[in-house]
Parts: sequence; C-alpha cells; structure tokens
Amino acid sequence: MTAALHVRNVGWATRGAHIVQGVSLDVQPGEMLGLIGPNGSGKSTVLRLLSGILAPTTGEVLLAGQSLRALPRRALARQLAFVSQMADTQDAIDVWDAVELGRTPWLSALQPLSAEDGRIVRAALAAVGLEHKQRSAWSTLSGGERQRVHIARALAQQPGVLLLDEPTNHLDIHQQLSLMQLVRGLPITKVVALHDLNQALACDRLAVMRTGQLVAHGTPQQILTPALLQDVFKVQVSELVDPQDGALVLRFKPL
Amino acid sequence: MLRLILLSTAALAVLAVAILLGVAIGETRLSPTVVYQVLANQLAGAQYPVDPIDQGIVWNYRLARALVAASCGAGLAISGVILQSLLRNALAEPYLLGISAGASTGAVLVSVAGLGAGAISMTTGAFFGAVCAFALVALLAHAAGSGGLRNSAQIVLAGIAGSQLFNALTSLIITKSGSAEQARGIMFWLLGNLSGVRWGDTLLTAGVAVAGIAVCAWHARALDAFTFGSESAAALGVPVRRVQLVLLLVAALITAVMVSIVGAIGFVGLVIPHAARFMVGVRHRRLIPASALMGAVFLIAADVISRTLIPGQVLPIGVITALVGAPVFAGILLKGRGGRA
Repeated sequence: MTAALHVRNVGWATRGAHIVQGVSLDVQPGEMLGLIGPNGSGKSTVLRLLSGILAPTTGEVLLAGQSLRALPRRALARQLAFVSQMADTQDAIDVWDAVELGRTPWLSALQPLSAEDGRIVRAALAAVGLEHKQRSAWSTLSGGERQRVHIARALAQQPGVLLLDEPTNHLDIHQQLSLMQLVRGLPITKVVALHDLNQALACDRLAVMRTGQLVAHGTPQQILTPALLQDVFKVQVSELVDPQDGALVLRFKPL
Repeated sequence: MLRLILLSTAALAVLAVAILLGVAIGETRLSPTVVYQVLANQLAGAQYPVDPIDQGIVWNYRLARALVAASCGAGLAISGVILQSLLRNALAEPYLLGISAGASTGAVLVSVAGLGAGAISMTTGAFFGAVCAFALVALLAHAAGSGGLRNSAQIVLAGIAGSQLFNALTSLIITKSGSAEQARGIMFWLLGNLSGVRWGDTLLTAGVAVAGIAVCAWHARALDAFTFGSESAAALGVPVRRVQLVLLLVAALITAVMVSIVGAIGFVGLVIPHAARFMVGVRHRRLIPASALMGAVFLIAADVISRTLIPGQVLPIGVITALVGAPVFAGILLKGRGGRA
C-alpha cells in the first residue's frame, strides 16, 4: 500500500539555523497521526513542510507516491488541506463565504460556482455541525466555531489528507473535546499537531518531535511511556484508569 | 448571465449620468440640452447650432476632464482594493503608503530635472518612483517588525516617512531645476489637479484603468483566498508570490500613470474600497466592479466640487478628497482600536 504521506529525510533550515532535521515518517491512508513535542520542537514547521507551504531544504515529501516538488499548487490543494493555527480575518465575511473559499483549487479564474460546489459547501458545513450558522458573520463566532469553519473550508477542498496545527489551542474544554471528536470522525487521513497529551492518546499513532528531530513514533501505548515523557517533556507521569469507562488518563507532575 | 448584463448596463448608465453631470455643472452652468447637442454634434455628426464657446467648454475642457477623473477614480480605488487585500491592512492605500509621492518624484525627475534626456517618458519615471517608494516603505515596515505591512501602526509610520521623504525630494527637484512657473506646480504634484487635462490624456488613463480592472477581476478569486492571510491562500492552491508580484505591480502602474497626469490625489484608494465593502460585501467579484464604479463617480463629484466650491477659483482636487478621506481614515483607525485595523 502506498503511504498517504511519505516523508523522506526531510530538513528545513533558515538563516543558517536548522529548524527541522532528518525527519522520516510514513502516514498510512485513513489514519490519524498525532504530532507531539514541546514548544519550539518543530511541529508547526513539519506540518508546513507536509503541506508544501515550505519547501524542504533537504529530503522530500511524497503525497500518494508523488513528490510535492512536482505537484502544482492547485493540484496539491485538491488532495491536501492545511488548517493553520487560528487564522483570523478582519473582513466582514460570513460562514458560507469562508467555507466556499475551499472550492478555490477546483475553479478556474472566472468560473462561477456550480450547484455541485454549493452541495459540497453544504456538506462541509454539515460535517462540522454549522449548517444553522451559514449566514453568521465571522466576527460573531466563538473560537470553537471559527476552528470548525476552518475545518469545513478544508473539507470543501475534498482532500484525502488533512493537516491541522494545534486545532484545540485557545478553546475552552467543551469545545476542545467536541472538536477532537469531530476530527477523529473524519473519514480521511489526518495529521494533527497536538499540545495536550491526553488528546494525543486518541490518535492511531504518534510522532514525537524534539529540537527539530523526530525522536520516536508508534502507537500511543508505545509512545506515551513514563521514560519517554520524562525524557522529552521533562515531566513525571502517572497512568490512571478512568473507573467510568476504563480509558487511560495521564497525570503529570514536575520532575 | 442575464443578471450580469443588467448590472453592467446599470453600472455604465450610472457612470454616464455622472459624466454628464460632471460636464453640465461648473462655473458656467450649461443646460443638459446644450451638453446633449454638443455631444451629438461631436459623436454623431449632428448639426445643432451651438455657441462655439459652449462647444469648447463641453468638449475640450469638461468632458476630457470628467473622463480622466472617472478613470483616475476607478484606477486609484482598484489600487486600494489590491493593497488592502494583499497586505491584509485596512489602511493600505497608494497615497498613504507613499507610492503616490514616489510616483511624483519619479515624474518630476524626468519632466523637470530632465532625467533620461527625453528618452524615457514621465509615466515611466513615475512608475519607477512608485515601485521604489513602495519597496522602501515595505522594507521600513518590515524592519520595524511586529507584522510589518500587516500592522496598522507600522504601515502608517513607514508611509509617513516615505511620503515625507519623496514629497521633500519632489519639492527640492522642482525648486532647484525648475523655472518659477514650474515651482508653482509643486502644489500639483503634492495635491493633484485636473486643470491641465486634455483629450490626449483620456486615452492613457482610461486604458490603464480598464486594463487594471480587468487584471484585478481576473484575480478576484485569488484575492478572496487571501481573506485568512497569504499562508491560507497558498494552502488553497493560489500561487501566492506570483499573484502578489503581478497585482502589486499593477497597483504601482495604475498609481504611476494617474499621478503623472493628475498629480498625487489622496484617500480615493482608502475611502472607496471601504464604502464599497459596506455596500456589496467583501467578496472581490462584487467588490472590484463596485469599487471601480464608485471611485469613478466619487472623483467626478470631487472635481465638480473643487471647481464650484469657491466661485472664480479651482481648488486642487486632492483638497476635496482629503477633506472626505481624513475623517474616514480616523474612523477606520478608531474602529480597529485594540486590534489590527
């Protein structure tokens, strides 16, 4: 099976500083891969390299077997969508128009939107549960709703792969949980940079970044071990079991 | 499609009415009949008996002037739309960013100081001046940090530095190299004036305005994609660098051509896009034509006011646009308080 994303020895340097070095990784079709690591470990940069927004200085990224270097921007945007951290606007745009932007890679310069495009936008809004807000102004939305609009816009691109950069940042706890549930349920390949290690438990696999390098990857059970967390995140961890549903919960203490 | 045809027809009708009013109103008030008769004589070869003086006022003076005003208004408004969309800054505008001042300097370097010894046109000089000024202001805003051109404070401060520098250079060149008559023209380059406009100017300004609107309309979808910033535009498949380069050069070119013919008219690129967004929303497929039309009508109106406000005197048109624009500028600044304006 061809990997949805195949990352081969990728590195990125700017002004002589190596921000990301020697990252190799496969993302399987349909899986949800969590990218974790302390602040400044290079998670966002890796996502930008996977999205093609940054071109790697070394190595290459293959999307379904095709090098990103060889893919025109538009063709790439039809297969892969990227939601960056809390992109904001001052424009008085409404929800429908913001999601409609996701059709951009499918339309030529002067081509009007078809009924089919409208159907896709509606489906994307339905997938994030915002059908009832389609005419609401962007400025009136909560942080969680804004993040859902960004995800709906990404879904309107009809991508096979969705990249999300810390989608639950700045959201309250209810919004965090419902957003993660939404993302988990999307039937496409997902790569998600995450801050909260308890949320990371819900991923199919995790990749751990530290100072620009990939130090480990595997299932959450393999990765979220006391030894690794102490090593990478400088915390002590106790694994607890929720008596209600038997789910694993991580509790952190300073070293 | 039918809707598009109806809207275009309505827009052209509004523009035609504005031009006719611009021609009819003035110190010598001419009746619509006289205006009609002159136009019929000139355009359709009719043989109405019209006073030759009225004929001259309508055809050679006011009509050319109204057409240039319309083209400049549309062109400057479109430049404002481009700059605001690409720089993600509500205060971006050719005049405030110093692009107009740079164009003035480039134009006087050629026309007054004789740069290029007649081999390059004033418009070419204005274009290079505009690009230099924009590059300088962009570098300055970028070097000042915290968001560069996307930060209101940064853009305004860098724009002030750029405008002041280039306006000073313009005054210096004119005073040093120019005759006494040319020295009086300093006001022209700083505030704009439509008095010297002749038929020859209409073709260039109208051509540039129409071409600018067309290029801009072609990129309407790409401009929409910049709503959440250039990174999000890139993620939507827009070739960000190419679109930015093409459209910023178009904005500089429009500004340069307009400045080389009517001087630096301020605030049109600020006031009109905001008013248009208020009326038709933020999507560029509507915003671009609406801004062009409103800019055209606005500058014709400003020209009429500049000619009629003080009897016997013609004010520089930039005075009128600034009287409207400065309060709007203040309003946008206050509205954006606490965040990015």
